[in-house]
Amino acid sequence: MIKERKYIIQGIFILVAIIFIVRLFQLQVLDSEYKLLAQQNAARKIIEYPFRGLIYSREGERLVENKTVFDLMMTQRETDIKDTLEFCNKFGITKEDFMKVIKEIRRDAAYNRPTPLIKQLSFVENARIQELLLEYKGLFTQPRTIRSYPYDVMANALGYIGEISRFQLETQKDPYYSQGDYIGISGLESYYEKILRGTKGVRFIMVDRKGALKGRFKNGDYDTLPEPGMDLYTSIDLELQKYGEQLMAYKKGGIVAIEPSTGEILAIVSSPSYNPNMLTGRKFSKNAAALQKDSLKPLFNRPLMAMYPPGSIFKLPQALIALDMGVIHSNTLFACNKEVVNCHPHPSPQDVKGSIQFSCNPYYYQVFRKIINQDKNPNKFKDSEIGFDQWYERIRSFGFGKKLGVDLPNEKGGIIPSNKFYDKVYGDLRWKFSTIYSLGIGQGEIGIIPIQMANLAAIIANRGYYYTPHLVKGIGPDKRKPEKFLVKHHTMVDPKHYEVVIDGMEQVVLAGTAAWSQIKGLTICGKTGTAQNPHGEDHAVFIAFAPKENPKIAIAVFVENAGFGGTWAAPIANLMIEKYLNDTTSIRPDMEKYILNKHFITVNRDSIQ
Amino acid sequence: MREEDSIYRNVDWLTIMLYALLVTAGWLNIYAADYNPIASQSIFNFDINAGKQLVWIATALVLIIIPVFILDYKFYSAFSYIIYGLIIFLLIATIFFGTEVKGSKSWFEIGTLRLQPAEFSKFATALALSAYLGQINVKFEHLKTKLIALAIICLPAALIRLQNETGVMLVFAAFILVLFRQGLSPWVLILGFVSATLFVVTLILQDKILIMQSLAIIGAIIIVTMVAFSLLRRKNIKIKKILVRAGLIAGFCVACMIVVFSVDMVYNKLEPHQQKRIMILFNPESDPKGAGYNIKQSKIAIGSGEFIGKGYLQGTQTKLKYVPEQSTDFIFCTVGEEHGWIGSSMLILLYLFFMMRLIFLAERQRDKFAKTYGYCVACIIFIHFTINIGMTIGILPVVGIPLPFFSYGGSSLWSFTILVFIFLKLDAHRRQVLGH
Repeated sequence: MIKERKYIIQGIFILVAIIFIVRLFQLQVLDSEYKLLAQQNAARKIIEYPFRGLIYSREGERLVENKTVFDLMMTQRETDIKDTLEFCNKFGITKEDFMKVIKEIRRDAAYNRPTPLIKQLSFVENARIQELLLEYKGLFTQPRTIRSYPYDVMANALGYIGEISRFQLETQKDPYYSQGDYIGISGLESYYEKILRGTKGVRFIMVDRKGALKGRFKNGDYDTLPEPGMDLYTSIDLELQKYGEQLMAYKKGGIVAIEPSTGEILAIVSSPSYNPNMLTGRKFSKNAAALQKDSLKPLFNRPLMAMYPPGSIFKLPQALIALDMGVIHSNTLFACNKEVVNCHPHPSPQDVKGSIQFSCNPYYYQVFRKIINQDKNPNKFKDSEIGFDQWYERIRSFGFGKKLGVDLPNEKGGIIPSNKFYDKVYGDLRWKFSTIYSLGIGQGEIGIIPIQMANLAAIIANRGYYYTPHLVKGIGPDKRKPEKFLVKHHTMVDPKHYEVVIDGMEQVVLAGTAAWSQIKGLTICGKTGTAQNPHGEDHAVFIAFAPKENPKIAIAVFVENAGFGGTWAAPIANLMIEKYLNDTTSIRPDMEKYILNKHFITVNRDSIQ
Repeated sequence: MREEDSIYRNVDWLTIMLYALLVTAGWLNIYAADYNPIASQSIFNFDINAGKQLVWIATALVLIIIPVFILDYKFYSAFSYIIYGLIIFLLIATIFFGTEVKGSKSWFEIGTLRLQPAEFSKFATALALSAYLGQINVKFEHLKTKLIALAIICLPAALIRLQNETGVMLVFAAFILVLFRQGLSPWVLILGFVSATLFVVTLILQDKILIMQSLAIIGAIIIVTMVAFSLLRRKNIKIKKILVRAGLIAGFCVACMIVVFSVDMVYNKLEPHQQKRIMILFNPESDPKGAGYNIKQSKIAIGSGEFIGKGYLQGTQTKLKYVPEQSTDFIFCTVGEEHGWIGSSMLILLYLFFMMRLIFLAERQRDKFAKTYGYCVACIIFIHFTINIGMTIGILPVVGIPLPFFSYGGSSLWSFTILVFIFLKLDAHRRQVLGH
């Protein structure tokens, strides 16, 4: 009986062996989860951030650079901080800041993941902290690059980068960004984000349970190298830009200067502005909030976003369209009758050239009537519609009423009211010339942005065509220009009609509305304008190009609440032209001083620098 | 010379071969467990565990196997009590003069050599128990015999418990199987098994009343069914016999209830880390980086080996030290990760074959001393094998005991070598003794 018990004991041995083999089959063959877990265990994914592309000026000066800073990272699971207060004192942070990070870690359940505790430490701070790190486990500093701006210029056009928002993160189309990544938020940084950012690299390393490096995972077969971002070569003339910002200091408004033969933007000034270095570094959030709250709107990129009725500069395309449509000739005379629209004293009657020189309002009232009412239909309403449609088509060919396609984000298109718009407001065949006549002198329902004004100057300088204004003339090592900036856009006006208008513009500066600001030796063709402002003092506008033959620069200047265009806008434009063409400004020191000393606004931003 | 000739001819070469196979495989896996792909040290480098293990293997051959074979076979039965007494003395001495390692005061330092007397208490107890039960005048049926046998087992076990080496103490459960072979009532095994099951069930359900009620109901149903069957089938009913049976079943149920009732008492007596190790079994995710970490990492390492494994020296989990104690208690992880299900199963079958061979050898002994000792050897190895592998694959709580012949460590390798080779020596001389 008892002898049989050896079978029971052997049976128990066999049973255990079978249980083990079955259990192993389940663990190793049936359950595939463990292989994945093993990889997650051993292989750590390290993101390698690429070098963000730099931005250069026309002469090759660096407008935007990269600077290395250090983030202090903490892996909470590995840290053992006994005295929080002592820790915070040592690292120079407040307990609130520390608790905020702890809360964040808890929210994201990121106990095993390094989380930034202190961001953007300088080289010196990083060196100081290294000693403290010996006392605490689970902390390390990680280099990262931030932007740095050698020159305090064109903050709005350059834009800034910042941490990607939760919304952007969730709505990105091809998943590239992850939390904490930097992305271009405005200006060129935003528009050329994909070119500047490059491609992130991934490195898989093997780490042991303590997180110590143990070599590359699978010999680096899955690794990819980061691809550095491409540099941008802008057409900005740094000296001109600096000078423009100087002239515009303490004034609200902007300047856009374009090289007519290429459409390249030479200077783009938005005032008031800010030092671009304010939106980089550790004070980013504080400064960004302050700038956003600022009543002077320093973050508002005026050349692209401020929309005004253009005022008298609109007379230029009006004359061109009328000439092209054949409703007037270059020697057509109209009396300055002031029946409907008012004018200022000047000799009368005038032809096209004279009407521009003296900016005669009644002249353009009549020009516009000729355009709208051509007596092609006995019905005045129908007739107005025919004329209006022809005008609408032509005026839009000057780049008005639509986005030009400048290489900056948030560009406005401006407004040119359409036939449909008036039908909607007044009803079909319920409006005629008398309803819309103010368009003739650039007032009423029109909105033009400054860059469109500068483009108008470029069109006239070119005698009938333009290239889309752009800041970037070359991308990457081969400095290739984007295709769309190489396309010539022609207006619907025959080039032969431009000369008379240009003659008129020359007279504006020589003996017309901007005569005071003329600069000897330069043949500047310009046109003053005064944009009506229902909220206060009118905005001064001036567009110009120079020299008359083979123009090198086309410019638009607008100064908000500065009144008549000849007084403030024209001197600024002419000084800019002198600066660009002659490299110095020596002919009118009186005018320069007069501009520099004029303060329209008070800027007090010492507190947030 | 005649003596050696007979050893050479009569010793069981198959067991020696299996032993050699396990020790060699262990050595290779210790090398793999600590293998550093960057440093790439030689397996003969004495600074690493594999190199040291080679020294242990060599010394085991010279200092243990040869002397064990040279000594007269009668020495072991004759000196068994003295060896036992010596070990008991050492165990007591260790409690007072031992060195503490990882919370267990079980190490004895003699110069640079560090030994664990608890390891050697296994073969000493096996010798003493076999010697006692091997006496001609000792009959296992007597209660006195059982009590003395129990005392021989429990004395070293209790001393080891005092050293905080709970794992090694558990190994003494192996002797229950030995006693079972001697004629211990199967109810002890059944009660033991049922108790363990009830212990676990109670811990999981945490509802003693429900379990005790269930036990009472099940007991009642069994008694009623038995009585009903007896009444229906037999005409001449022996009421006394039925009553005895019913009483036994009722008693068994009561015993079970006492077990259930005392679960908390026993559980609370355990150290906190032991309590955790038990709870982890039922809920491995409860503390994945704390107490559950070891077992989770062990399962990941083994599981990631899949069907054929990652290949020798290709494992990542053990090499990168995700698995704790990977060359000692968790050495099986290396096998699982690098050799997959095929390799692990083959190792398990190798152990099974080895243990079955030991049972076969034990059964062919005519000497009761040698036979009992053979069972002791097989059962001790079996317990180690069960607890160690069961722990690495997550079906038994983490108990720090080595895998025989495989795990890194001199004490462990030496003690198993002594254990097995004394038996092989006895087996070689089996024809020279008269059976009882």
